[in-house]
Amino acid sequence: MQIECPFCGKRDAHEFAYLGDATVARPDPAVPDAARAFYEYVYLRDNPAGSHRELWYHSAGCHSWLVVTRDTRTHAIETIAQVGAR
Amino acid sequence: MQYSAFSLLKNALTGHRYWKPAWREAQPRDRYDVVIVGGGGHGLATAYYLAKNHGITNVAVVEKGYIGSGNVGRNTTIVRSNYLLPGNVPFYEWSMKLWEGLERDINYNAMVSQRGVLNLCHSDAQRDAFARRGNAMRLHGVDSELLEKEQVRKIAPYLNFDDARFPIQGGLLQPRGGTVRHDAVAWGYARAGDRRGVDIIQNCEVTGFRIDNGKILGVETSRGFIGASKVGMAVAGNASRVAGMAGMRLPIESHVLQAFVSEGIKPLIDTVITFGAGHFYISQSDKGGLVFGGDIDGYNSYAQRGNLPTVEDVCEGGMALMPMIGRVRMLRQWGGIMDMSMDGSPIIDRTPVDGLYLNAGWCYGGFKATPASGWCFAHLIARDEPHAVAAAYRLDRFATGHVIDEKGQGAQPNLH
Repeated sequence: MQIECPFCGKRDAHEFAYLGDATVARPDPAVPDAARAFYEYVYLRDNPAGSHRELWYHSAGCHSWLVVTRDTRTHAIETIAQVGAR
Repeated sequence: MQYSAFSLLKNALTGHRYWKPAWREAQPRDRYDVVIVGGGGHGLATAYYLAKNHGITNVAVVEKGYIGSGNVGRNTTIVRSNYLLPGNVPFYEWSMKLWEGLERDINYNAMVSQRGVLNLCHSDAQRDAFARRGNAMRLHGVDSELLEKEQVRKIAPYLNFDDARFPIQGGLLQPRGGTVRHDAVAWGYARAGDRRGVDIIQNCEVTGFRIDNGKILGVETSRGFIGASKVGMAVAGNASRVAGMAGMRLPIESHVLQAFVSEGIKPLIDTVITFGAGHFYISQSDKGGLVFGGDIDGYNSYAQRGNLPTVEDVCEGGMALMPMIGRVRMLRQWGGIMDMSMDGSPIIDRTPVDGLYLNAGWCYGGFKATPASGWCFAHLIARDEPHAVAAAYRLDRFATGHVIDEKGQGAQPNLH
């Protein structure tokens, strides 16, 4: 598996570290059911068989965080973007 | 037919032409008391213990592929109970005890071989951690021995004791650990369940659950609807997908773990050796192949195959531990899908749906747990209350903070 970093080009997957699901968002600690919201944020995952948005870190390269959309059934990468890029 | 030395001799004398299939080719009936989703080791063991321990014989095991095609046939066959935490040790030790009596119980040669499991340590801190774990095991009545370097050398003189980064200083040995022929476990439980009336339905994929008013009515399958008073899910690897059909989100990610077998060589390794620091472990099968593995690939996957960087990493670990392995050719390599839970420990519990039960989250330690998992899941399904040794494996422990995190990694499944 190779990941095409927007800054460094196509690089071997072992240059990257994997964090996980990019779709979960840290909840507001001030909301009334914050305990429930944090439980879901920290522990529960959709874990789809198919297209999955996930965070990779180019640790042996440019140190950028990337959002990679990848098919978990085939490992084929669909899109790659820097975190926060529009 | 009861298998015995006599039956073997009789069939040998008649040219092995009269062996009967080990289990019936069952067709799905309209309704069962219990349907188990997943014909892997855990599902088959559950069905067997439902029949044997609880007298519930109107049971079907539905399997989307064939028996033994999933993780029960993809692991590296190691059994052990060398755990640290009180939620885990009694459960895995119960499993170890069931392994010890399994072949007699199910009348099947599963090649249970208690050749020992040796964990290597490379620093004072690691030795302290092993001493703690060994003592925790002994407090639970589990055998463990802390070994010095020279004792390890006697067991495995071919290891690289003077590696610059990870010199071997000693090890923790569980003599009762070992290996079990994994396919035979699936076949043996299938046959034993079948003999007690369990229907094993292969090539029958569950496509949905029929739920009314929060109560389970049965399962929709590729071969039609099957009614059931109770349904148990034992589909580790695909637990999120199957539980998702019942509207649940689980604290689980699916990851791929690779395993490897070398060409057959003469007897070399008569135990199981784990090199935790280098992410490598190895044993030798009775056919002579070196069976080894390492870490999961580390990213979500349902592909049942991994990538080359992990292959390279595992082989580097092997070379660091026992350089002679470089002269052996790798024969086969494959992948299986692991239910990586958020704390590295499994779940055996009820679900919010009445009559629907969950057995999931085995990470890459499911094979050794097969007998106890079946025993405890059957207990839960039959009596609607958890078995004492599996009481900590609750689904709500993540919400209440009672996680069982052996490695202390936190909610990061690819690190467990």
